[in-house]
Amino acid sequence: MLGSDSPSGNRQGEMNKPLSHNEHEHHPHVDNPGSPMPVIEGHASQGRFERVLRAGHFVVTSEIAPPDSADAEEVYRRAELFDGSVDAINATDGSGGNCHMSSVAVCALLSHVGYSPIFQISCRDRNRIAIQGDILGAAAMGVCNVLALTGDDVSAGDHPEAKPVFDLDSISLLTTIRTMRDDSMFLSGRKLDLAPKLFAGSTINPFVPPEASKVLQLRKKIAAGAQFIQSQYCFEMDTLKSMMKRAVDMGLAEKAFILPGVGTLASAKTARWLTNNVPGVYIPEEIIQRLETAKNQKKEGQKICVELMQQVKEIEGVSGVHVMAYRQEEYVSEMVAASGVLGGRKAWAPSGWTDASKV
Amino acid sequence: MYSLRRFATKHARAYEAVYRATELPVLAALRLLSRVAGNRFEKPITWLEKHTKGLLFDCQMCGNCVLSKTGMTCPMNCPKAIRNGPCGGVRANGNCEVIPQMKCVWVDAWEGASRMQNSQEIELVQFAVDRSQQGSSAWIRLAKRESAG
Repeated sequence: MLGSDSPSGNRQGEMNKPLSHNEHEHHPHVDNPGSPMPVIEGHASQGRFERVLRAGHFVVTSEIAPPDSADAEEVYRRAELFDGSVDAINATDGSGGNCHMSSVAVCALLSHVGYSPIFQISCRDRNRIAIQGDILGAAAMGVCNVLALTGDDVSAGDHPEAKPVFDLDSISLLTTIRTMRDDSMFLSGRKLDLAPKLFAGSTINPFVPPEASKVLQLRKKIAAGAQFIQSQYCFEMDTLKSMMKRAVDMGLAEKAFILPGVGTLASAKTARWLTNNVPGVYIPEEIIQRLETAKNQKKEGQKICVELMQQVKEIEGVSGVHVMAYRQEEYVSEMVAASGVLGGRKAWAPSGWTDASKV
Repeated sequence: MYSLRRFATKHARAYEAVYRATELPVLAALRLLSRVAGNRFEKPITWLEKHTKGLLFDCQMCGNCVLSKTGMTCPMNCPKAIRNGPCGGVRANGNCEVIPQMKCVWVDAWEGASRMQNSQEIELVQFAVDRSQQGSSAWIRLAKRESAG
């Protein structure tokens, strides 16, 4: 094999840059910030996102909408907006049922230069054969984090005539990831030569009925293998707090890192549209009123987001915050700085890499 | 039928009692039948299962029946065929995000489960269905499994 002191750590890095084995052995990541680090004992992946969480820092994640373009530069331009403020970047997978560049490709591009992307996998478009192939491919290209989602229905997006797949659901997908990583085999039982080292996550929405399932659904996802959880938009803190309290009481906050989601609203009109038209998004009337009466609605929306981040950080059992700023990505860094949630810490981002290193 | 399906959820406890009382004798009868008559009865039994469960639960004959673990609510009526629901898109009124006039299958499932004696079974992780069993009889499979075990 490679003769490395970290047998599982370096092999995936070979895909990042054709370094020779010898170079890898002693200096696994000198040339390229995207070359993976060794896996620390007790960690599932060699990724920085998992490291920052396990080190006990309050983390910030955000997401980029993959471009409607074949341009890799556009992916880098969108990621760079978060430099210094975001610990991991979710790459959405045909979110809302709309077609964009694939999340696996976005994550491969980002991993290559050293970002910590979170590979969102939706069950809407691929069956278990395709998904397992993508999981191996993503890990081979240096991706360390995956987020299992059931996905929006095709009827929500721009290709309502497409065939919805839904061969798996998010929990079956978590089971699949765990089978591949921990048992080193496909669902069929066929052995893998090298298991993917992935930090696995999933989502929750504290704002949807039924009441009975909320925290139990979280527990089920953790039982199925979720190591971190990101939530849908939380614009109302009392519901989130009561769910978190139950999660803490059940010991769930020790078993998984929970990152509630917050967001920016561009205007009262957007807020009203979202809450009325996007199932699962709940925005209280007070927030809409506050936007409506503001002089600059967009600025007020950002101010609300900053306040929500600060409030989330105060909740017991929370490990970080996921900031969704669709079409306002350029303000994320500003908002993170204004909130102070990183406590002076600067999230690591690759710097000094040149265009040449991306090829 | 939608109204009968909802009725099953509302009376999940009674359905569960019937299921518990009949499960073993029915499986025993099926085993006996298959021992005496071989596979000759598989078709009519599958037909019977399809039509009774179809009427009562809108059963889709996935062949991987979990009704007794999902509040007597068939999860295959979820447009996303989720086996561990609900998803994050349930409407505030508890209806489905994809079919707004339909109650979310998983809102019903959790409600049905809360009425059942075995109310915790819904908390178990269910793996995705084996699609190769679509259209086949779960009853016969269960009977055969019991006899094999």
